[in-house]
Amino acid sequence: MTTDLRDLYQELIVDHSKRPRNFRRLEGANHRAVGYNPLCGDRVTLYLKLDGDVIKDIAFEGSGCAISTASASILTETLRGKTRAQAEALFHGFRELVTGNTDGPAEVDLGKLVAFSGVSEFPARVKCATLSWHTLVSALNDDRKEVSTE
Amino acid sequence: MSATEKTTRIGQAAIEPFDVRRVREDFPILSQTVHGKPLVYLDNAATSQKPKIVIDALQHFYSADNSNIHRGVHLLSERATRAYEEARVKVQRFIHARESKEIIFVRGTTEAINLVAQCYGGTHVSPGDEILITAMEHHSNIVPWQILCEQKGAVLRVAPINDDGELLLDEFERLLGRRTKVVAIAHISNALGSINPIKQIVEMAHSRNVPVLVDGAQAVPHAVVDVQDLGCDFYAFSGHKLYGPTGIGVLYGKGPRLEAMPPYQGGGDMISSVTFEKTTYNVLPHKFEAGTPNVAGTIGLGLAIDYVNGIGLEAAAAYEDELLSNATAQVSQIPGVRLIGTAKEKAAVLSFVVDGVHPHDVGTILDLEGIAVRTGHHCAQPLMDRFDVPATTRASFAFYNTKQEIDALVAGIHRVKEVFA
Repeated sequence: MTTDLRDLYQELIVDHSKRPRNFRRLEGANHRAVGYNPLCGDRVTLYLKLDGDVIKDIAFEGSGCAISTASASILTETLRGKTRAQAEALFHGFRELVTGNTDGPAEVDLGKLVAFSGVSEFPARVKCATLSWHTLVSALNDDRKEVSTE
Repeated sequence: MSATEKTTRIGQAAIEPFDVRRVREDFPILSQTVHGKPLVYLDNAATSQKPKIVIDALQHFYSADNSNIHRGVHLLSERATRAYEEARVKVQRFIHARESKEIIFVRGTTEAINLVAQCYGGTHVSPGDEILITAMEHHSNIVPWQILCEQKGAVLRVAPINDDGELLLDEFERLLGRRTKVVAIAHISNALGSINPIKQIVEMAHSRNVPVLVDGAQAVPHAVVDVQDLGCDFYAFSGHKLYGPTGIGVLYGKGPRLEAMPPYQGGGDMISSVTFEKTTYNVLPHKFEAGTPNVAGTIGLGLAIDYVNGIGLEAAAAYEDELLSNATAQVSQIPGVRLIGTAKEKAAVLSFVVDGVHPHDVGTILDLEGIAVRTGHHCAQPLMDRFDVPATTRASFAFYNTKQEIDALVAGIHRVKEVFA
């Protein structure tokens, strides 16, 4: 079976990996978390400005592979203005998408995140795609601890 | 790489070219496709593939000879014991050890180094003493010594390398001090391919009465190793990188060194008599082989050595050098690609980074082209820090690789650059 390169490295992912959006330290952030994948050394710092339950602003810094960088970039675009509950629902849907483990039809509109559908064919890369999302959960809970993929 | 013995063939017109096509037929795994492309296996420094003779040996053992060793009076046990001990002699001859009792079977290089750290280091290292390693070591030749240092209040010293990935011998010698109790060093670096001048290092250390452990995991598949000529006190390697099974490795130690060391683990086979008051330990090599060993794996390793001897390690190494030169010349010409590890003396490893592309993305794209490489820190994180990269992509060669496979690698790297252009 031939797997096409572009199933994984879709234009949108390559674009966001090369020109990540909201890639900066966020002044006035009231939630922050650091994510780390010790296997490849990928590291992401996520900054949130939460107003009640609403993500008013969001940005990230870090270094990693194309999949993890693009995932963090698209995460920030997707979540600005969303509520905590919406963010959690999106993570649930995103995780089902990239692992290929679904327990029914998607209940959320994943929007641009569907670009990551090819990841499910690459089990070794699932952690790259979900690193920023695990970091998001930590930031929302404001653990102020480093989260690890391991 | 240069071998310790040169074979001269006087009166022979030409040395036969290395017949890689025939060699490949011995490795069943190589003739498959992955992602619809012919498999190009360039991850030999992680583990090598196994010739049919080794695979068959494992099956034969379990089908015909399986039994425990050194204890049964029955025929199967005698056959298994004989095959196991024959493998020890094959290893002895392969690395030119003086006696077969200097060959201890362990799980792999990692266990061999841990054994020496605990059994030699544990009895010879005191607070304030020093262990000297180098900046290019694999985690397996760092962490056992860190554990020892923590137990004993000793200090780990690290000899630096230059930007080409070569050990700075002057610095190394300067760090060999009054308190140095052990030198532990890779023969060939797994992440860079650099070959260390072991003989010279052993001379430096021995002139100060410091014993030397050599991590030979990457060396035995690519060079003729003569432990007596090198003069090292301990030499460790793994079977699975030498075309043998996983879970079997070798610790060579000079007889008197091993004799003076306490056992590593207690259990069956390592004793000569046991009472609840006092246990007498068995003689070498059994003192260090507690419990039922990996009998099938050991026999498989013996067959792997037979296979390598049949190919001829010198001819294989010369052929691998050609592959490395070819790959180095081609890959270094690709714009935006930087080689990590450019030592003058190198073997079988090509580590590189592609500007603006993370090694994991390189690895995935190459995989989709059918090319298996290693990406990551290669269990040498301090070395990655030294070169200020999070990870590299590493292609590592064996004698069954071909020039066409190098071309496929080069085409694959161009594909990586297209995707991220």
